[in-house]
Amino acid sequence: MAEKTAAKTDERIGRVSAITKMMRRPEFGALLGAIVIYVMFAAVDTTGMFTTLNGTAGWTDFAAPIGIVAVFVALLMIAGEFDLSSGVMVGTAGLMMGMFISEWGFTILQALFATMIFAAFVGFVNGYLVIKTGLPSFIVTLATFFVLKGANLAVTKMFTGTVRVSGVDQAEDFEAMRAFLATTFTVGDAQFQITTIWWIGVTIFGTWLLTRTTFGNWIFASGGDANAARNAGVPVIRTKITLFVMTSMAAALVGAMFLLRLRGMQAGQGVGQEFYYIIAAAVGGTLLTGGAGSAIGASIGAAIMGLAAIGIPYALWDQDWVSTFLGVILFSAVMVNTFISRRASGARK
Amino acid sequence: MSENTVTPALELERVGKAFGNVIALNDVSLRVNPGSVTCVLGDNGAGKSTLIKILSGVHKHTSGAFRVEGADADFSSPRDALANGIATVFQDLATVPLMSVWRNFFIGNEPTKWWKPLGLLDVKKAKRIAKEQLLQMGIDLRDTNQAIGTLSGGERQAVAIARAVYFGAKVLILDEPTSALGVRQSGIVLKYILAARERGVAVVFITHNPHHAFLVGDRFYLLNRGRMIAEFERGNVELEQLTQAMAGGADLDTLTHEISVIRAE
Repeated sequence: MAEKTAAKTDERIGRVSAITKMMRRPEFGALLGAIVIYVMFAAVDTTGMFTTLNGTAGWTDFAAPIGIVAVFVALLMIAGEFDLSSGVMVGTAGLMMGMFISEWGFTILQALFATMIFAAFVGFVNGYLVIKTGLPSFIVTLATFFVLKGANLAVTKMFTGTVRVSGVDQAEDFEAMRAFLATTFTVGDAQFQITTIWWIGVTIFGTWLLTRTTFGNWIFASGGDANAARNAGVPVIRTKITLFVMTSMAAALVGAMFLLRLRGMQAGQGVGQEFYYIIAAAVGGTLLTGGAGSAIGASIGAAIMGLAAIGIPYALWDQDWVSTFLGVILFSAVMVNTFISRRASGARK
Repeated sequence: MSENTVTPALELERVGKAFGNVIALNDVSLRVNPGSVTCVLGDNGAGKSTLIKILSGVHKHTSGAFRVEGADADFSSPRDALANGIATVFQDLATVPLMSVWRNFFIGNEPTKWWKPLGLLDVKKAKRIAKEQLLQMGIDLRDTNQAIGTLSGGERQAVAIARAVYFGAKVLILDEPTSALGVRQSGIVLKYILAARERGVAVVFITHNPHHAFLVGDRFYLLNRGRMIAEFERGNVELEQLTQAMAGGADLDTLTHEISVIRAE
C-alpha cells in the first residue's frame, strides 16, 4: 500500500497548539466576551445581587426567549439566509393562539398545535419565495415582517375590538400547559423560568443538529458555497426551506410561552426582537455571509444580552443605555471574531 | 479491446443544447470507455462548460441521445447523475472553502450510524476514512478539521478526486482541474487522473491545455464553437497536431502571420 511511503510527516505542517484549536471555534470570541462582561458587571454591581442565584435567574429569564429563537436564526444564517420576520412571528403566534382560545374556545393544546402549523406555513412561504424568486431573503422576510406586523394589529382589533388578546387563563388546560411552557422552578432561594430549560435544550439540539447530523453538514455547505453543495448532491433548497420553517416555529414557541406567562398578549409584541436574534448570532461567531458559525455561540450572544439587561440597572445606570451597550458589543464582538478566525485559520494573515 | 465490443460508460450521440435561440452545442457525439481517459479539448467559449453540465445532470440536452452504460439517461439534478455513478469535479466549485476537510470529503454523501433516516453523522468514521483516503493519495494532513480553504489548489482538487473515486464513481468528469495550478501541482493532479483510470474509472478530462491532455489521454475530442471538430486516438496523434487543431488550425496561422507582421515593424 502507498500508506507506508506517504506516512512520513510533511515538515511544512506546523504544530497546532490546543489553544489555537480552541480559538478556531467560532464561539470562542463570544465566550471570552461573556466572561469579561460578567466580571465587569459583577464589579460595578451596587446591589450585591448580580452573581447570586437570584441575579442569575434574572439574566437567564431575559436571555432564554432570545436564545431559543437565536439558535435557529444562527442555523439559518449559517445556511446563508436571514429571517427578519422571526421577531414579529413571536407576536403573531401569541395573538393567534390567544384568539383561538378566547374567541373560538380552543383548548391551549389545540391552539398551540394550530399555531405551530400556521408558523410552519409562514416559514415555508418565506423559504419558498426566497428560492423561487431568487430575491435576497433580507427583502423577502422584511416584507413578511411588515405584512405580519400590520395583520397583527388589524386582525386583533377586528376580533377583540382592542389591541390586546386576553382571557386565555379561562381555558381548561391552562395550568397544565403552563407547567410546560411558562412556569418557574426553584433553585436555592431563586425562581428560575422554565424557558431557561427550553433554552438549554434548544441549544443542545441546535448544536447536535449542526455538528452531528448530515443535515448539519448540508447547512454549512448550503451557506458556504451553494453551487458546490448542489454539485456535490446536497439538497440545498430543502435544507434552506426546512430552516425557515424551524426558525418560524421556534418564534411561535416563544410566542406561546409569552402568551401563557402574561395570560394575554399585546399586538405589538415581538416587533424589533429579530435584531436581537441576529445580534446574538453574529456576536456568537456566525458569519453574516453564511458558511460558518455555531448554535452555542448564538446562545452565548443571548446570554450577553441578558447580562447587560440585568447588569446595567444593578449598576444603577440608566436602563436606556442597554441598547447602546449592545451596539458596542455587536461591533467589537464581530471585529474580534473576524480577527481571531483570521489568525487561527492561519491562511491569510 | 476493440471499439465496439465495450459498452461505453457514457455516450453522447448527436447531442445539441440550445438556450433560447443561442445554440451552445450542436451535433456532438462522444464515447467514454471504462478504464480510459477521454480528453475534451476546447478554447474558451467552445462549449466545454455546457457539455459538462449536460453530463453531470445540471442541464438537460435539447436534442440527440445521452446514454449511460447503454441505457438512456434522464437526469434532473446532479444528485441523479451521482446516483448513476457520474461524479463531477467542478473547477473552483469542487469544495466549500470554510468547511473542514473531512466535512468536504463527505458533502452530500455523509456516513451515518444507527438508523439511516435519522441522519446521524458518524463523525469518527468520516474523519478516519477521509484521512486514510487522502493518505493513499499522498496528502498527509495532521488535522482533517482544518478548513479546506487552507489547502493548496492542487490538494483541493486531489481531495475532490479522492472523494469521487472513494464513492465508487464509474465516470469521473474533471472540469479544467489543472488550469489554476502550477507545474508541480498539475503533475500531482495528472497522477491522480491515471490512478483513477487504473481503478477502472472512465475519466473525462476537460481542459484547454493540450500538453496536459497529451500526457494522460487515451482519446481526444476537439470542441470548437459548439461543434466536435476532430477526434483522435492515442498513438495516432502528435502533440503539435493536437495544439494546432485545438487553436483552430487556420486561425492560428493567420494569428502567427499577423503577430510576425507587428513584430517586424
